[in-house]
Amino acid sequence: MFELLGIPPQALFGQLLLGLINGSFYAILSLGLAVIFGLLNIINFTHGAQYMMGAFVAWMCLNYLGVNYWAALVLAPVIVGFTGVIIERLFLSRIAHLDHLYGLLLTFGLALIIQGLFRNSYGSSGLPYQIPDALRGGYNLGFMFLPTYRAWVVVASLIVCLATWFMIEKTKLGAYLRAATENATLTQAFGINVPLLVTLTYGFGVALAAFAGVLAAPIYSVNPNMGADLIIVVFAVVVIGGMGSIMGAIVTGFSLGLVEGLTKVFYPEASATVIFIIMVLVLLVKPAGLFGRAA
Amino acid sequence: MKTTALLLGTALAALAAGAAQAQTSVKVGVMNDRSGLYADLSGEGSVIAARMAVEDFKAAEKGIKVEIVSADHQNKPDVGSTIARQWYDQDGVDAILDVPTSSVALAVNQITKEKNKIHINSGAASSDLTGKACSPNTIHWTYDTYALAQGTGGAMVKAGGDSWFFMTADYAFGHALERDTGAIVTKNGGKVVGAVRTPFPGTDFSSFLLQAQASKAKVIGLANAGGDTINSIKQAGEFGITSAGQKLAGLLVFITDVHALGLQTAQGLVLTEAFYWDNNDGTRAWSERFAKANGGKKPSMVQAGVYSGMLHYLKAIEATKGKDPTAVMAKMKEMPTDDPLFGKGSVRADGRKMHDMYLFEVKKPSESKAPWDYYKQVAVLKADDAFKPLSESECPLVKK
Amino acid sequence: MADVLPADGSVTHAAADSGTASLHRNVMIGIAIALVIAPFVAYPVFVMKVLCFALFALAFNLLLGYGGLLSFGHAAYFGMASYVCAYAAKHWGFNPEFAILAGTGVAALLGLVFGSLAIRRQGIYFAMITLALAQMVFFFSLQTPRFTGGEDGIQAVPRGKLFGMINLADDRTLYWVVALIFMGGLLAFYRIIHSPFGQVCKAIRDNEPRAISLGYRANQYKLAVFVLSAMLAGLAGSTKAIVFQLASLTDVHWSMSGEVVLMTLVGGLGTIFGPIVGALVIVSMQNFLATLGAWVTVIQGVIFVLCVLLFREGILGVIAKWIKKPL
Repeated sequence: MFELLGIPPQALFGQLLLGLINGSFYAILSLGLAVIFGLLNIINFTHGAQYMMGAFVAWMCLNYLGVNYWAALVLAPVIVGFTGVIIERLFLSRIAHLDHLYGLLLTFGLALIIQGLFRNSYGSSGLPYQIPDALRGGYNLGFMFLPTYRAWVVVASLIVCLATWFMIEKTKLGAYLRAATENATLTQAFGINVPLLVTLTYGFGVALAAFAGVLAAPIYSVNPNMGADLIIVVFAVVVIGGMGSIMGAIVTGFSLGLVEGLTKVFYPEASATVIFIIMVLVLLVKPAGLFGRAA
Repeated sequence: MKTTALLLGTALAALAAGAAQAQTSVKVGVMNDRSGLYADLSGEGSVIAARMAVEDFKAAEKGIKVEIVSADHQNKPDVGSTIARQWYDQDGVDAILDVPTSSVALAVNQITKEKNKIHINSGAASSDLTGKACSPNTIHWTYDTYALAQGTGGAMVKAGGDSWFFMTADYAFGHALERDTGAIVTKNGGKVVGAVRTPFPGTDFSSFLLQAQASKAKVIGLANAGGDTINSIKQAGEFGITSAGQKLAGLLVFITDVHALGLQTAQGLVLTEAFYWDNNDGTRAWSERFAKANGGKKPSMVQAGVYSGMLHYLKAIEATKGKDPTAVMAKMKEMPTDDPLFGKGSVRADGRKMHDMYLFEVKKPSESKAPWDYYKQVAVLKADDAFKPLSESECPLVKK
Repeated sequence: MADVLPADGSVTHAAADSGTASLHRNVMIGIAIALVIAPFVAYPVFVMKVLCFALFALAFNLLLGYGGLLSFGHAAYFGMASYVCAYAAKHWGFNPEFAILAGTGVAALLGLVFGSLAIRRQGIYFAMITLALAQMVFFFSLQTPRFTGGEDGIQAVPRGKLFGMINLADDRTLYWVVALIFMGGLLAFYRIIHSPFGQVCKAIRDNEPRAISLGYRANQYKLAVFVLSAMLAGLAGSTKAIVFQLASLTDVHWSMSGEVVLMTLVGGLGTIFGPIVGALVIVSMQNFLATLGAWVTVIQGVIFVLCVLLFREGILGVIAKWIKKPL
């Protein structure tokens, strides 16, 4: 059947694998977005800028402090997550009770500011960041050459996604979080510091974005606009998965990567648009997304 | 009222300047990308270059008062055309310089013709500016898609890279680059084995690179620009494509892109440029001054072209003793060009500025001795070989 | 979506108030006078740009403020109309009035198709469907360079002769035509929201189940508002194509949909004249900031943030509070 379409099966496997790798970026990013939306009810449009900050902080760590990739993988999310905490305290907490629209506009404005400031300091064409030595080279799988770094990206993102899922669904902290999502006032009445929980959740979601940024730094161009267009796609992933659904975001992230990979073989021009086509179809058939609960 | 005051003012100024030299004041607008993809290779640097031209020409001593304004067209034709209209209609701008991004350049080209002003383009690539969209009011200064294709495409085929696969950014400009280069490759005896259209702008090119790899072509032509080029080169290294023997040909790569990639990743890349700061003493001295004003960054060919074009424009104003666009334009085409950056050259009837182009290879990290020491020269393309001959021109201005 | 519309109830009740009606009449007259003076004090092309975007923002506000539907894909109607109008004028040699009509008509048709899909969902899901559909229009525009000219757009669109007689090449002449189109659009908008139809729409916006229980077919009303809004957006897009002699990908890009949200927000959500003020502010800001280079995005971002934190009602919303009358 594959030969009928003019594509040998080996090439198809290769493309699917690559799709999975791209899907892991979608998964981490949409996971962060979904966590934030779940508790704060805010569509975090700054997410793309925070992903970019993760990559830049990794670059700064290396060039100003001499900190290597592995340390940056921990340090950058912490630093960027901390800026997220500040943003939440200063801005987002003031508009928590308002409609989605305002949160979206506010975070969009913040994204513009952050991207503009980085562009003023570092220019727009980007900065070099090398693949760490331990992850250079690759494996010849017969049907394709798999760079070690890409394999690492899939593994790292799977670990992070599953750990996050476990934390939210299976631990006590996660239970508080879910309770606060369900009914903040009642949870507060039980003596849980909900505002603190909200702040930390936002910081955590942002840290996930920064983590994806560090992962991306060695393979994608590190430039101030790297997250600007991505955000729309990731947002679509969250909607398809069901707003606020953790598992939905993870599964949809990986599977849309696969779908996109297939599109790149059969109709490459449409690979940036296919996600939106799926989004319309899903929303018309399952209004709350694939994994969302109907409101 | 306003006009009378203006006339009076001009008369007074003329009197003050004395009989020997009449005061001419010109206003030049540098329009480019100041916030996006091309901000580093044009942007504020182009404004600095234009100012340096005014200084070096000693315009003030020659009785020419020059004012430079600048604006950001955000790579959008509608923004660019709005600015151009306002500059010409409202702000009394006489000439617009730079304008990278072909779609914006074509819009400015059109308006400049309509308003009979002057447009000296340095940043844009489209060879249509001196082809079917050519205008008596536009000079295309630094480079174009034809010259890039001729340089990189021609040289690669001669060096044995005779089968090509294109990774083309899916927009009109990418298609034009692919078409022009493909034609040169075929003309030189090579063949194009395939092409893939990539959504623009994109981040992940690995699956397209795999398709390129599967094609077994000797050369992968990157018919894209900016971030797309950087990403595809970065990922080609990662997937071991270059180490497996396939060569990458960057069809539109600037020194700022190489700077962003780092030599480790970019080494071995072959590309065509019109200017390199380390070419000779003249370019080195000028680039040193430029870097001081531009935060240590060396000039791109686009910025060098803005300097060179501005200088020639001022010379023409001096020679015609006025700024009448038709007269100045005629003078610019009649006078030979000469400056330390591009050497001697000329401006053709279709508006094409003629000078040599250079084929460079990016150095290995071990070969690079200093910051920005990136290129070694592979070949020089004589102006007549680099640019499209007038006999093949689609420009209605060319009498055959 | 309820708290998106700060002064919502008051609009309905106050319409009957004769004081408000006369205030609105005076504002209209004020706008008309400003339109007459404007080309003599400001650069006409700039004023025309403001008017086109004001019309676009009015269209968006019709849907959000009076249909309660937040669309994130209004660029589709604006941009598609602008392409159709430019194409008709350039390649088919249509007179400007027919080219504009063609553009507006296509936008309305597109609105009918997209609207009937989108109105099945509400709130953020409605917004996402409109966004996704608009992305498809963008994709279509990118993939059909024969029609749209790819990223070069359709350039050098002839302004032509109105009714085959009046040459529009002169900016001043064209200005009067654009001013008339704008004024017509504004009056139509005002008429719609104060008609019985508009009242039913507001009722559905405020409480859909109740409106349905009263026997109104909510979905038909929503679809009608959607189509009207798309049509008005199309009128704005077509006019823009004639003014700038250009239709480009910028017009269909999602950031254009975002821009119109911004204009409406700055001017005042749910106010009648707010979008006009918003368009004026944003377009002039872009104009004056163009020379500042990379700082433009930073300043724009700061304005977004300040608007959301301090001026949620928008400029006219604040003024309306002072004078205690809806604007």
